[in-house]
Amino acid sequence: MTIEFPLTRIEPPQGGIQFPDVRAVWRYRDLLMVLIWRDLSARYRQSVVGYGWAFLKPALSIVIFAFVFGQLAGLPSDGIPYPLFALAALVPWNYFSTSLAGISASIVGGAGLFTKVYFPRLILPLASLGTGLAELGLQLLLMSGLMAWYGVRPGWQLLMLPGFIILAILTSFAFGLWLAVLNVRYRDIGHVVPFLLQAWMWASPVVYSSQLVPERWRWAYSLNPMAGVIDGFRWSVLGTAAPDPMQILLSVGVVAVTSIVALACFRHQESTFADVV
Amino acid sequence: MSSAIRIDKLGKCYRLGQTQSRTLRDLINGVASRITRRAGHPAHRQPGQSVDGKSFWALRDVSFEIPQGEVLGIIGRNGAGKSTLLKILSQIVTPTTGSVEMRGRVASLLEVGTGFHPELTGRENVYLNGTILGMTRAEVRKNFDEIVAFSGVEQFIDTPVKRYSSGMAVRLGFAVAAHLEAEILIVDEVLAVGDVEFQRKCINKMHAVSDSGKTVLFVSHNMASIRALTRRAVVLSRGSLVFSGSTADAVDRYLQENHPTNQDSVAVLDRPRPFDDLSRDLEFESLDVDAGPGNSIDEGTNLVISVGIRCRKSAASFQFGLTIFRNDESPVGSTFSETHSPLSAGEAGTYKLRLPTSELAPGQYYCAISISDARTGGRRLIDSVTDVLPFTVHAPAMSGQEWQAAWGPIRFPDVEIVESQFQESVADTSTIGLHS
Repeated sequence: MTIEFPLTRIEPPQGGIQFPDVRAVWRYRDLLMVLIWRDLSARYRQSVVGYGWAFLKPALSIVIFAFVFGQLAGLPSDGIPYPLFALAALVPWNYFSTSLAGISASIVGGAGLFTKVYFPRLILPLASLGTGLAELGLQLLLMSGLMAWYGVRPGWQLLMLPGFIILAILTSFAFGLWLAVLNVRYRDIGHVVPFLLQAWMWASPVVYSSQLVPERWRWAYSLNPMAGVIDGFRWSVLGTAAPDPMQILLSVGVVAVTSIVALACFRHQESTFADVV
Repeated sequence: MSSAIRIDKLGKCYRLGQTQSRTLRDLINGVASRITRRAGHPAHRQPGQSVDGKSFWALRDVSFEIPQGEVLGIIGRNGAGKSTLLKILSQIVTPTTGSVEMRGRVASLLEVGTGFHPELTGRENVYLNGTILGMTRAEVRKNFDEIVAFSGVEQFIDTPVKRYSSGMAVRLGFAVAAHLEAEILIVDEVLAVGDVEFQRKCINKMHAVSDSGKTVLFVSHNMASIRALTRRAVVLSRGSLVFSGSTADAVDRYLQENHPTNQDSVAVLDRPRPFDDLSRDLEFESLDVDAGPGNSIDEGTNLVISVGIRCRKSAASFQFGLTIFRNDESPVGSTFSETHSPLSAGEAGTYKLRLPTSELAPGQYYCAISISDARTGGRRLIDSVTDVLPFTVHAPAMSGQEWQAAWGPIRFPDVEIVESQFQESVADTSTIGLHS
């Protein structure tokens, strides 16, 4: 009696457009969990403050921003106390920037693994995505704490919050994945990402309100998905002006196209990672 | 028996030089051509364009089959393509040409301790490493105690790995890998770790694995482990498969190709000497084996060699010393000649020496020969050359069994039974018969 073992066939890569095999990724979900756990677990070892840093980092940013932009520059904050105004943008922005930086470095950083062991390479950016989510959770807690302090009550809009969170996650994944693929071959990307994020921050309504952007440039402004995310975050949590649905749609479109291109690129380049990294 | 692995015309080409320096135009062209190429046609994958356009075939047209349950050795020089072959089989790199079909789950051990994080404890790293190698968390949990016991680091299992000595870390890594459950195991030179006791554990584990019917591919530079663990082997040389057959033959083929005795063109006088402080008052001028074609002698005969020496400065009485080596560089034994009277300066002498090789088992051998000052009892060397006088011992045509390399290089005289006693067995009939 012969037991049928799974057959694996290895061949040179084929042409055409292909996407990563989701079933393979699912089979390796244990590895994904373990890698996320590894990063979270090891991050604050042998440190006194430990996970407190997940709170302290945004808290310190708020203090600085509130002082510089709130007090000194006197930027308008749509009638909300400036610290809260800034925090409502900083939470998704911090998540986005750390997630993007992490994902774009994930393949090069995981070279020690995938040059020695086989697993679907998509696991690496996904693991990076996962570790960012844990810190996001902690920062959302911080935000709700601050809201309680200022006595701000969210309305029904709060139900829309998960949608914006998902949009932020997808944005960081789409752009991060594409940068990760480029980074393997052109290491300049690793140097460029910090500047890119700096510029991106100024292009997003983190420290200022998007009301400041003139009407005729609104559409271009909305090509930045994070603009929609941040506006949406503020609206659902604090009740400031609602973002224009058309702009949100535009943002979703940008993210969708970028994701598809990034996933296809990834699949094509995946087979050369071990040769080129 | 079906094949576990079928390799067909496998090839892997690398571009030499830097892997960047593609212009933006090339990048766009490349992307466009990849998208427009129809699915199902192999893309001309170029893992990076080189500055000077040179390519290097790490593997070229390699084809062979491995039946289920076989333990196959893969040997070859550094750069022969062994690791590339393993990487392709482990799906870490993709081939340029050819295909591979594998039946069964594959577990690859190309490095010990892959993914170990220094900040995490040994316990956490076992889970991490086990999952990276392909086990599920449940499998790791099931085998955890065994893994820790095998590694010998129970006492330190909850200490961060950065505090481990390198030996401990490596033992832990190997212990995890040793418990991989897969039908096909690919092992790349990872057995040369740990102390003697651990090495023994590893070899035993490898034996257990191969006895359990798994298919194993084993790459090593250590001919002793290849001989101990495998029965069949293939030899790779510069990317091509040059030999496939029994391990003994494969090892001989590999050693023959790579052993420096094949330097017939270099005169004995000009050969490098193994020591710097030889006075060379008496020098070796010629060394020849007086034997049949291919320098082979029949088993049980004594090898005769001709040694020519020249005296540069009048020296004392001297004697020859000779060590016989097996082709895997392990020494078999040594012998010394009687003392010879000194030569005068400028004189040359030729000696025919009969070596006591009658007990050598069939195989390939070579010698190292030296001239030493007889007054010092053979300790002060005057001249010495090694890797010379290769010869082969052939088993007589009608011999019973083939000599196994693991039996060693000496065929001792038959064992004599000096005494024997017999006793009628007092059989207890109740113990005879089948127990249900």
